[in-house]
Amino acid sequence: MTPLPASTALDSHFLEARCKLLDLAAILDRIGRGTGANGVANDPRLARIREALEVIADQSGGRAERLQQIFSLDYDPKWKIPQPRY
Amino acid sequence: MNYIDPHIHMISRVTDDYHRMAQCSCVAVSEPAFWAGFDRGSAEGFRDYFHHLTEIEPKRAALFGIQHYSWLCINAKEAENVKLSRDVIAIIPDYINKPNVLGIGEIGLNKNTANEAVIFQEHVDLAMKLNELILIHTPHLEDKYKGTRMIIDMLKNDRRVKPERVCIDHVEEHTVRFALDGGFWCAMTLYPTTKCTPQRAVDILEMVGTDRIMVNSAGDWGKSDPLAVPEFMLEMKRRGHPAETIRKVVHDNPLSFWRQCARWKEWPVAAPQTVNAMDKKDRSKVPANV
Repeated sequence: MTPLPASTALDSHFLEARCKLLDLAAILDRIGRGTGANGVANDPRLARIREALEVIADQSGGRAERLQQIFSLDYDPKWKIPQPRY
Repeated sequence: MNYIDPHIHMISRVTDDYHRMAQCSCVAVSEPAFWAGFDRGSAEGFRDYFHHLTEIEPKRAALFGIQHYSWLCINAKEAENVKLSRDVIAIIPDYINKPNVLGIGEIGLNKNTANEAVIFQEHVDLAMKLNELILIHTPHLEDKYKGTRMIIDMLKNDRRVKPERVCIDHVEEHTVRFALDGGFWCAMTLYPTTKCTPQRAVDILEMVGTDRIMVNSAGDWGKSDPLAVPEFMLEMKRRGHPAETIRKVVHDNPLSFWRQCARWKEWPVAAPQTVNAMDKKDRSKVPANV
């Protein structure tokens, strides 16, 4: 499948991206001006949002998948698998 | 263009949704057994639910020319109750041979607990014993990556499982390749806030291609959109993807997966019925409130 030319994608999605960034900025402002804002300043969820913002600003691609990993629990390949009953 | 919504919980939707879906050329849906929004008190409650899925909902869908299929199981959330789960698994064979049942599903994990994993494996055991297709729910949000990896571990650990007879649902950017690389079918769910948007689903297709992948709305009692698949089709069209590519994802792929069901029968092409056009005899076959 051929993706859109970059200039077309930018034309199509610039306003949408601007809108979503504004929404995100407003959410962070809302949290920041709420009562008890200092109490949540070290909440790990906010730390994850800050980490995600760094990924968004990074130019190396795969941002959506990298964001998903930030918001995911770790997987332990040695977990105890239940056995099939043949 | 005709389309299929291969995962939607019509028990939670109003008849108007069937009407709108038919207007958008929906020709078939499949409805996996899921969590009702509360934990049921006994296996007998599931008998009523399975009766609804296999007898009532197909008639309601038929009013709009939509084929209705279903999947049976106890969902991952209630699977934490092992005793209840085993009681429910024991009654599935009473319903599995109904003509619209496609297999066992949506089984999976919710919070990735040991009990959920045990009941997942016992559902797989039943599916293998009965030679059934499997539809798999992967967990939400932060649990998805870990849960998807655990589910694939269990499937690969069971030498009876043929990956092409399993569909791993709710894949996103960080899990889609595990499903496809394992040889499984997979599905992207177009659901507000917690899953994929139509735009991201198209992005994912542009990265992984269109083989063994489909999209669904998972419309249910939450804030969700029973017309999410047409939204996806529109996004595909806006980006200039050809009609045959769109049709493959929203129609041909789900059919190819479903056709592996031993009970599969091609459906007859018939004009949709309307409530007003039905005679008294037909009307007696559908729920009284329709």
